[in-house]
This record gives sequence, structure tokens and C-alpha cells, in this order.
Amino acid sequence: MGKLFAVLVIVITLVSVSFFVRRTWWMPTDISTTGAAIDHQLDETMIETGLLFLAGQLVLGLFVWQASNKNPARKIKIFPGGSKPVVIAAIFVVGIEILALTFIGSKVWAAVNIAPAAADSLHVDVQAEQFAFYFRYAGPDGQFGGIHPDKIDDGNGNYFGLDPANDVAARDDVVVGSLVIPVNRPILLTLHSKDVGHSFYVPVLRIQQDFVPGLEIPVHFTATQTGKFEIVCTQLCGLGHYNMKAYLQVMAEPDYEQWLKSQEGQ
Amino acid sequence: MHDTSAAHAAHQHAAPTGFIRKHVFSLDHKVIGKQYYGLALLAVFIGMVLSWLMRVHLGWPAWPIPMLDKLSAVGAPQGVMTPEYYLSLMTMHGTIMVFFVLTNAPFAAFGNYFLPIQIGAEDMAFPRFNMMSFWVTFTAFVVMMAAFFVSDGPPISGWTAYAPLSAVGGDAGPGLALGQTLWAISIAIFCIASLLGALNFIATTLDLRTKGMSLARMPASSWAWFVTAVISLLAFAVLLPACILLILDRVAGTSFFIPAGLILSDKLQPHSGGSVLLWQHLFWFFGHPEVYIAILPSIGIVCHILPVFARKPLLGPRAAVGCMIATGFLSYMVWGHHMFVSGMSPFSANLFSVPTLVITIPMTILTLLLICSVYGAKMRFTSASLFCLGFISVFISGGISGFFLAQPSIDIYLHATYFVVAHFHFVMAVASLFGVFAGTYFWFPKMFGRMMNETLGKLHFWLTFIGVYCIFMPMHYLGLAGNVRRYSAFVDDYLIPLIPVHKFITVAALLTGAAQFIFLFNLIWSRFKGPIASENPWEATSLEWSTTSPPPFDNFGGRHMVVYNGPNEYGVENNGTDFVMQVSPEKVSAS
Amino acid sequence: MATTTLPPGADIALDDQGSGKPPELTPRPGYVAQSGSPSQKSETGMLVAVSAIGMSFAAFTSAMFVRQDSSTDWQHFQLPYVLYLNTLILIGSSVTLQLSRQRFSAMPQAAQRAVTPVKVLLASGIYWLYLTAALGLIFVLGQILAWRNLAAQGLFLATNPSASFFYLFTALHAVHLLGGMGGLFYVLRKLVRNGGVAETSGLSAFSIYWQFMDLLWVYLLLLLAIRM
Repeated sequence: MGKLFAVLVIVITLVSVSFFVRRTWWMPTDISTTGAAIDHQLDETMIETGLLFLAGQLVLGLFVWQASNKNPARKIKIFPGGSKPVVIAAIFVVGIEILALTFIGSKVWAAVNIAPAAADSLHVDVQAEQFAFYFRYAGPDGQFGGIHPDKIDDGNGNYFGLDPANDVAARDDVVVGSLVIPVNRPILLTLHSKDVGHSFYVPVLRIQQDFVPGLEIPVHFTATQTGKFEIVCTQLCGLGHYNMKAYLQVMAEPDYEQWLKSQEGQ
Repeated sequence: MHDTSAAHAAHQHAAPTGFIRKHVFSLDHKVIGKQYYGLALLAVFIGMVLSWLMRVHLGWPAWPIPMLDKLSAVGAPQGVMTPEYYLSLMTMHGTIMVFFVLTNAPFAAFGNYFLPIQIGAEDMAFPRFNMMSFWVTFTAFVVMMAAFFVSDGPPISGWTAYAPLSAVGGDAGPGLALGQTLWAISIAIFCIASLLGALNFIATTLDLRTKGMSLARMPASSWAWFVTAVISLLAFAVLLPACILLILDRVAGTSFFIPAGLILSDKLQPHSGGSVLLWQHLFWFFGHPEVYIAILPSIGIVCHILPVFARKPLLGPRAAVGCMIATGFLSYMVWGHHMFVSGMSPFSANLFSVPTLVITIPMTILTLLLICSVYGAKMRFTSASLFCLGFISVFISGGISGFFLAQPSIDIYLHATYFVVAHFHFVMAVASLFGVFAGTYFWFPKMFGRMMNETLGKLHFWLTFIGVYCIFMPMHYLGLAGNVRRYSAFVDDYLIPLIPVHKFITVAALLTGAAQFIFLFNLIWSRFKGPIASENPWEATSLEWSTTSPPPFDNFGGRHMVVYNGPNEYGVENNGTDFVMQVSPEKVSAS
Repeated sequence: MATTTLPPGADIALDDQGSGKPPELTPRPGYVAQSGSPSQKSETGMLVAVSAIGMSFAAFTSAMFVRQDSSTDWQHFQLPYVLYLNTLILIGSSVTLQLSRQRFSAMPQAAQRAVTPVKVLLASGIYWLYLTAALGLIFVLGQILAWRNLAAQGLFLATNPSASFFYLFTALHAVHLLGGMGGLFYVLRKLVRNGGVAETSGLSAFSIYWQFMDLLWVYLLLLLAIRM
């Protein structure tokens, strides 16, 4: 019984760890400037926790194996030193790990969420609604028009509730259903929601940020590779939540300029 | 405190007569404990069936599930689930499991039955409140079940019921009308029941310990129930206001959680000024202590049971209790780790991350104390002890994933993915439930006077242990791949290649679920046909084993128990045995 | 072996009388269970209950602060003057409660020394309790007047957030107070029946609750006065 348990624990542990080590299912390639630091943090954590995981399960298996010895003459043994070394070791080892992870991790976090966006960021306004994302560019005048919820008319493509008739700045705003950006350019997104909570998740950029109704939330990043990637909603927003997505298209600068011109022409 | 003459004059309650008084509206904590257990058993089977429905749909979305259209013709036309019905099953699964199973079984059920006995009391401090708290819990359950049958369907906003989705009413979509209101009412009722229960546990532990039962001599399980009760008291006292505010937003037109300018179903919502994050803060201020309410009693139960079968004392019992208390204390400081990407101030991320990481220290200590208690043991492998050992393994697995999620920079990527689902299922659904299984196999003889079948119990263990790893370990990999949670189907380009993993998980879930019927059969069969149990079949030391199986009405047959020892006197030489009972005057070693 | 044996004459039959079934649960007739000192138990219970209630009002308070700061739609209004009168009434009820308790605690000595006859103390103690109940009732009626005052100004529950919180706080407090009055009548009934033995009537526990309601109200009044 005990030996079976020990063997089972060890087998389960080794099989589980092997999938982590071999990265059978893993994060997609990171294409952002802050992604490398996050991935590094994750790898560090993976190694440290992996060792703890292995040690804990293997030692458990070992002790159970030994405890299953049915020799009647065997006497029970108390762990050498009693509980004190265990408590101290736990505080020490976990404490150091925590300090290290916090120290490094807070820098990574700050780079993503506290550091301000670059002054020359390309600014895109993002609106989430049940069940789509829409993206707005300021157009040649560089100004975003005001948003009027009462003027929203999805049927006519006025997703943001712009008022071009009375609002000059709104006339040249470009509204599209994909996030098209140039590569290697700092991007600043402003997230707002039309109805309920949503969330903006782009695995390849290593960014995730909730849309909070009533708030305008900035997110900034720089993409380092071109391609087409997915943006998905990660905050339960209703029945269409599973299907709520948009594409992120990262283009070379000249391609982006061309795309933007063609949009502004409309 | 113990022998006051006034006490004899004012008795708690006389012996009950008649079926209703004995088995339905009973003041006896033992009956109430069994009632809670029965409710939790019913709830866990409902919750498990819900999870099967969810998993089958995720693996094979187009496959019609037999008879599902009978449960809801609208939700599953021809047996194929609509997306909103999936979400409502998911919401009810989470709600039922967290509230009616994990708060009930390890805490209310076993705690009610055994706390008074373990401390040498004859009943809880307030038997009438105790009876009330069960029936109020039952009422909450009935209200929650009613939500399944309303025309607009059960709520779909998850067990976390984030505003404004949960607050605006039917305009936000199906499943958000009457069903959501019933959900909020049910939870509010549940809060009141929990507060009453916690009150009883605390007063009982403080005031009703018998002579010689100092706090230091209380078994680990009693300590765990006590700490859990304190956490419970303060946590549910915050959830209740949150539910009240939510109900007011839904039915009274207030705007606590709903800001201005929301357009739902093409209508501008008549609310303004509310704070969406307020709901999250209130909910998680309750929600995080709640998960410790779910796990601490099981930790206490395992700390109590493992030494019995290891035939040696728990290593560091005082440290273990200290860790429980530290965990309880810290649990109030970490709620923001559910909200790292919520839009709250990014500076607060560090404020929450540090205590979240610090809380791993007492949890690690507890785990290590348990592992090192196995060192040098002469282990008796029974169903109960196997589940204790299994608990240690799955608690390690579940705890480790917490290290990732506690760090905001990593949580950016892993938040709302299956990695989180893996983490909380391992610690709550698996570890906590393993504690309940261990407690059941251990205490069944005491509660019903009969032994459970060990062969079936061990089979149940092996199948479940392998099964839960097959279900929940792959979810870590899915999370690392960015698989978002709470999706009713996987249609995104990057998710489609992951569907085979989901199919594997579904098969594992169904098989593991089937294995639970072994347990159910064992429970029912042994209740009537199991071999008669002696007073102390496991050779354990604590007070519940110093009385008959099952205990008499007043727990100890008129005796006033006097305690001489702690609960950890195992592995000592004592007249040919290797243990000393707590009520035995033979003091052996200073402990 | 460390299994304990029952002393002879124990209160229940523990053998199964050869039936092979687990022993029956019922004790012999006349058996009385033992409990801890009742007033200590009920005081502990009440302190615990009061902590929970305090915690919920703390949650509501923080909800109010967050709500007030999350938007610009907070509209201040004048608190109805009757609230201040009600406060005095509630404080008065705490005074009458204390006077009542003094009478009851003087009763045991009075039985021996007969300075003031026991009967007089009992009647006086009960009288002060009735007065406490009456003042509590007047307080609640006064709160209703305050609500009507607000309604007359066009301020209802959903009109604006400050009104919402005003109604919420005052209504919840009044509900708890009414619950307390239910407890008061329970205590009164016990005292009348047991001839004034305060220890087993729950009077000390009730007193904790009532004083807490009083303090809670003073806190709420200050909170409302400052924030609204």
C-alpha cells in the first residue's frame, strides 16, 4: 500500500514535471519589449517552484515508502531536531525566494504598469462591448472626438457614439474592428467599456488589462515583430464571451502608413 | 467555568422525543452535523454532475447530451447547450461547490459533530441557534436551486458575480434577471446562517471546554474549526453587505456598482456614479478569507488524523496551530491579488503581492510538518490515512501554482486562464475534499457505530488520486498556453489545437466522477450493513474516542470528562500499547 | 488499555442488549445535560455577534467612502433635526437600561440585608426595562419621521447616492434595534418568570447588544453628519 503510494506519487510527479520541462504546451513567442522580462520571471519561478515541487513530492514518497516497512521490531523515529529546523528552513527558504521574486518582479511590473507611455506613442482608443472590440484612431488632426453614449448606433457603424455633425475632431476619426499598428513603435491604448466588464488579453504581447465601466484605463506596449495575432476577452461579459475577439495586425511602418491612409480616405 | 452550581440549574435542553424532534428539528449538534453533511453530499453530487455537463460540452460541443433538454428546453435545445446555459451551469457549479460543499462539509458538518465532543462539552453553546443555522443554510440552498427553474434561467455571471454584469438586470443578457436576484438572496441568507454558525463555534470553544482541556491540549481539528469560525465571522459579515447592495442595485434602482453611460440591449441604463471596483473589493475581501475557510478545516482534520495512523505525534503541533492562526490573519490582507489587472491602482499590486507571498510561509510550514510527521512512522494504511497522504501531495501541487499567481508581473499573463482554474481546484476541490474524505472514513465509525468497507475505500482512493491529477495537472499546461477560462467553447485560432487536451480532461473527469459512486455506495451500505464499530477502533487519543460509537445524547453518558494529556500521545510506551488517551491519567512524557 | 469504563449508575444504557446493533441514543428519563455558566456563554456569544455586526457596518462605511469618491454625483443635504432628538432618546434608553441592571444586581444582597425589599427592586428593575423598550420604540418612530422628512424633500432610496446610504444605514440600524427589542422582551419574560434572577435571563448579554446599538448609532450619526 505504502510502496504503491510512493511509486504513484513519484511517477505522477515526474510525468507532470516532464511536460513543464519539455514545454509541450507553452506560451507563444513573445513579441513585445517588456515580454522578455516577464518570461524570465516566469522561468525563474518555474525553476524554483519546480525544485520545491519535486523535493516535496519525492521526499513525501520516500518517507511513505520507509514508513510502510512492516518490521515489527522497528521503532518510530521523530524527525531529527523536531519541528524547529523544519520551521526555520521553511521561513528561510521561502522567505528568500519571496524576497528575490518580489524584488525582481516589482521592477517588471513597474515597467509594464507604472512607467508612463513614451511621449511619442501612437494613441489608439479601444472600446469593448458585448461582444466585440473596436479601435479608434485620431486621424490627421491628431484629436479624438468626444464620445456620446446616447448617439451609439451599431447598425450604422457608429460604435463609439461620435457626433461628426457637431464635433470637428470626430470627423476624421478612424474606427475599425482590428488593431493595426506599426512594428517597433510605442503604442498607447486607452480602454473603456460600453456596457459591462471586459478584458484585453494579447498572449503574445504578455499584456492583460480589464476594461472597467466608468474608467478609462491606459495600456502601453511596443511590438517587435510583424504578424497577425489574436486579442481575446478574458472577463466574463455574457453569452458571447467565448467568441469575443479581435485581430492584432503588426505591420512594417510603410505598410501601416499605407493602411492608415486608405482608412482615412473613407 | 466547569462546575458552577448555576450550570446545573439551567440545563441546555432535554432529551428529544419523537421523530421530528430527534431527526429533523433537532437541537443536538450531532444530528445537526449529520444534516450539514447530508446537505453537502447532495450539493456535491449536483455540483459534480454540473461539472460533467460542462466538461462534456467543452470537449464535444456539438454532441447532444441526453436528457439535458428535459432540464432546460431553452438552455439546451435538443440537448446541445447554448453558450449562456454553459455559463449558468458554470456559475451554479462554482457557487454550489464553494458555499454549500466546501464551507459546509469540512467546517459545519464535521465541526458541529466533533468540536463539542473533542473539547469535552455536551453540546454547542447555543443549540437553538445551531439548529437555526442549519435550516437557514437549507433555505439558502432551496433558493439557489430555485434559480435553476426560473424562466430567464440561472445566473451566468460566475460565482464571483462581477458588477455591472450582475447588477444591471436582464438588459445584460439571458440569465441575469430573476435568476441573478435569487442568487444574491440565497447568498445573503447563507451569510446569515454562516454568521450564526461561526458564533456558536467561537462561544463553544471559548466557554465550554471541559476541565483540563486547555487551549494547548485542543486537537488540531478543533483549533482549525475555531480559527475558521473567526475568519468566517468577519468574512461573511462583509459579503452580506455586498449582497444587500447588489440586490438594491438590481431591484431598487440604486447605483452602488453601476456607473453612468452604460448601453445594454441598445438602452442607456438609468444608473450613474457607481463603482464597478467596489463590488470586487467587497467580494474579494470576503472571497479570499473564504478559500481559507474552505481549506483550514481540512488541514486541521489531516493534522488530527495522520498521527493516529502514523502511530507517532504530529511534528510541531504548536507550530501547526500558529500557522493556522497566521494564515487566518494574513488572509485579510491579500484580497487584491484577485484584482491585479482589474484597473485598481498599479501601486497597490505590491501591497497585495507581498502578503500573498508571505502567506505561503505558514502554508509551507504546515506542509513540511505533515511530511516530516510521516518520517519514521509505522504507518497503518487505511482509507483515512491514504487520503491524508494524498492530501499532502495535492496540497503541494495546488500550493505551488500559487507562487506564480501571487506575482503581479506573471499574473498579467496567467490571470483568467486555466492556470488559475488548476490552482484553485487543486487546493479547494481536491485538497479540501481529500480532508473531507479522510474525515469521513475516520469518523464514520464514531458517527454511525459501523465501520466502512476498507477495500472499497482504498479503491476509491486510488482511482480518485490518479483521477484528480489527470484532470487538473493538464490545466496548468493549458493556462501556460494562454487558454482563457470561462469560455463555453474554444473557437479562437490559438485555442483549437488545445481541444484534445480538453477531451482528455473530460474523460478523466467522467471516470473520476464515476469512482465517487464507490464512496457513495460505501457510505450508504456501511450505514446499514457495516460491521459494528468499537469505541476506539483506530486506537486514537482524542475525546471522541472515549465514548461510545455513536456517542450518547449528551456525548459522554453523564460523565464529566477530565483531560490530562494533549492529543498527540502516540508512539509512547503505555502498558503494552503505544498511545495514551487524553482523558487517561497515565501521564507518560512531557509534551 | 486506555479505554475508559463507565462508572456504575451512569445515566444511559450503553450495552446493545445483545442485539448486535449500535447502542441507543436516548438517556434515562430525568437526565439533565450540563452547560457552561449561561451568562458567561451568552455574553461571549453576544460579543462575537456584535463584532460581526460592527464588521458589516464597517463594510458599508467603506462602500460609502468608495462610492462617494468614485463619482461627482454626491449631493449633500441637511440631516433632519429629529435625528438629534432620537439620539438623545436612544442614549436615554441606555441610561434606563443601566438603572434597571443596578436594581437587579442589588437583589441578592437585598434578600439578606433587606435594606430595600426584594419585591420593590424587582418591580423597579422591570419598570426600567419597560421604559427602555418604550424609548427604543420611540426612537424607531422618530427614525420613521426622519425618513418622511427626507421623502418630503424628494429624497428617496435611489434618488442619489447620499440618500441611498442615509436610508441604508438608518434602516439597517433600526432593523437591528427592533431585533434587540425582541431580545428585550425575551429577557423581560424570563425575569418575570424566574423572579428576577438576572444571571439566567440574558440581561447582561442583552445589555452588551443594546449599548452597542447605542454606540453604533452615535457613530452613524457622526458619519452621516460629516459626509452628508
